[in-house]
Amino acid sequence: MLTFTIRRLILSIPVLLLISLIIFLLLNFAPGDPLANQPLTIPPEVRAKMREALGLGAPVYVRYILWLKQFFWVEPLHAFDWAFGTHFSAGMERILSWQFRSPVFDVIVQRIPQTLTVVGMSYLIGVLIAIPIGILSAYRQYSWFDQIGTFISMIGFSVPTFFTGVVLIVVFSVELNWFPSIYDTNLKVVDWPSFVKQVQQMAMPVMVLALYNAAQISRFMRASMLDNLQQDYVRTARAKGMGERVVVLTHVLRNSLIPVVTVIALGVPSIFGGAIITEQVFKVNGLGQLLITAIYADDIPMVQTLTFIFAVLIVVFNLVADILYGLLDPRIRYD
Amino acid sequence: MTEATAAPAPQALRPPRSQWRDVWDQFRTHKGALAGLTVFIFIVLFVAVGPLIWRISPTASPTDALTLIRSKNMGPSWAHPLGTDQLARDLLARMMAGGKISIAVGLTAMALSIFLGTLVGVLAGYFRRLDGPLMRLTDLFLALPLLPLLLVMMLLFRDPIASRLGVEAGTFLLIVSAIGITSWMQCARIVRGEVLALKEREFVLAAKSIGTPPRRMILRHILPNIMSPIMVAATLGIANAIITESALSFLGLGFPPDFPTWGRLLNDAVDLMQETPGLVIFPGIAISLTVLSVNYIGDGLRDALDPRIRGR
Repeated sequence: MLTFTIRRLILSIPVLLLISLIIFLLLNFAPGDPLANQPLTIPPEVRAKMREALGLGAPVYVRYILWLKQFFWVEPLHAFDWAFGTHFSAGMERILSWQFRSPVFDVIVQRIPQTLTVVGMSYLIGVLIAIPIGILSAYRQYSWFDQIGTFISMIGFSVPTFFTGVVLIVVFSVELNWFPSIYDTNLKVVDWPSFVKQVQQMAMPVMVLALYNAAQISRFMRASMLDNLQQDYVRTARAKGMGERVVVLTHVLRNSLIPVVTVIALGVPSIFGGAIITEQVFKVNGLGQLLITAIYADDIPMVQTLTFIFAVLIVVFNLVADILYGLLDPRIRYD
Repeated sequence: MTEATAAPAPQALRPPRSQWRDVWDQFRTHKGALAGLTVFIFIVLFVAVGPLIWRISPTASPTDALTLIRSKNMGPSWAHPLGTDQLARDLLARMMAGGKISIAVGLTAMALSIFLGTLVGVLAGYFRRLDGPLMRLTDLFLALPLLPLLLVMMLLFRDPIASRLGVEAGTFLLIVSAIGITSWMQCARIVRGEVLALKEREFVLAAKSIGTPPRRMILRHILPNIMSPIMVAATLGIANAIITESALSFLGLGFPPDFPTWGRLLNDAVDLMQETPGLVIFPGIAISLTVLSVNYIGDGLRDALDPRIRGR
């Protein structure tokens, strides 16, 4: 298991390098000009100086290697310095955002809490809703509960999040006036009223994403429970005279959770991607919204870094899912 | 005597039932799939035949200011069954025009992604030497953050391609190829698995022993036998492509405002949803209904094409 983990870790390095190369080349060989938004009255020599200042003068491979060095060496060093108060990274150039004129990672660190509270909470709620629904649906297959549950999960799966979001805004914020339609990032939770306010503004985005996640996970949960309920060991357990509760909740549930846990792990990075749309609908200024504004502003370093962070998340959680699978299921130990 | 022996003969020689007839019979028992198929056919008719009956132009807007102000953002009426938008254009006509683009994008992008997926899957499954590299490529694509990359591709290539091929054709081509290139991986994995299993079967060995070349082997023996998983992947691919296109349009990076797709209509109407919720609701319902019906069709197809379930 340990050798497998180490081998997978080493294998993911070339994958990440290739992905970073793809992202870099896509952004740098695109037929667009990063200075296209600047006024046309700027004289050509000034324009050339501006290109120089943005670091566009150097050849492509130099820029690529510089970016890699900044991403994998300078930024971690800086984070280390910040955490322990050392000065290893003094004088090293960090990745600078063109639109904010400040290090990309500083902006990202400011935006992460919003994304994590909204998206993380919705994923948690989605999982907590999905697992009981999946269990009950499979245990009472083709009952009215199962029919309704399957139908709702089909809806949650099919209706795009931008539409559910907009409908919720129309219903709860325009008609009923219960929740604010715009997320207030400056709100600090210090006492009970501000906490209530925070819950109110989180309610709608969390609802939208939780419905979407719950729909997907409950389908997996149901299918996995159905597979296991027909196994011989279930009949054995019943024949031994065990109660229905023990059979379903201990024997079957534990075994059915194995594939579901990996699906949950695999879904984490796509949540960050899916949140791009939800954050846009509810005006939450998290990572997704940062990516969209950076794309519109032609802020190449920011787009490049954010996209690569998403890719790192995907690779890492794929690895986590594989390792979890081996840990949970002794039949799969990759040895 | 002769009559008695002749009578049972026609019964014994009942014409064999074709496979697709069986599939259809099984498909019909799935109520959701049947409802999905009905809804989907209705939507396709709505966007394809609708404009021939409802002859108001989707881009017609009153030219003088007074009529424009009076007739904009109206609710449903007899003249405009779904109301009008902020430029007094008829929403029903715009929904038809938008649906045409949305569904065309869905079908074409699905065709491209299925073609790429089947190609990679068959090559990887059939030729052992290609298996490793092609599957690594698939894994690499699966590890790419797709939505951010799609957004970046749209932003970077939209204007250059639009200026070369015209706005509508260029954007259509770009969206279709972008979605196709980023969604073939699931199909490739499924197809590879099926091909690997098929390769071990006796009829393949028999065909090989009489000297069938690989090209004919794939087209004659392998492809017809993996049609069912490909068809299921294709239906789900339509749903995925429609959602992706409307998400791109919703974020303002899909079709330009003059070409109303459902996602674009939704995007244009979001700012006005307090006054005229209808402008948001109708395109949203259209997208959701289409995707829901396609997903149900896929569900039914999966059951109908699985010989272990069929006939039970």
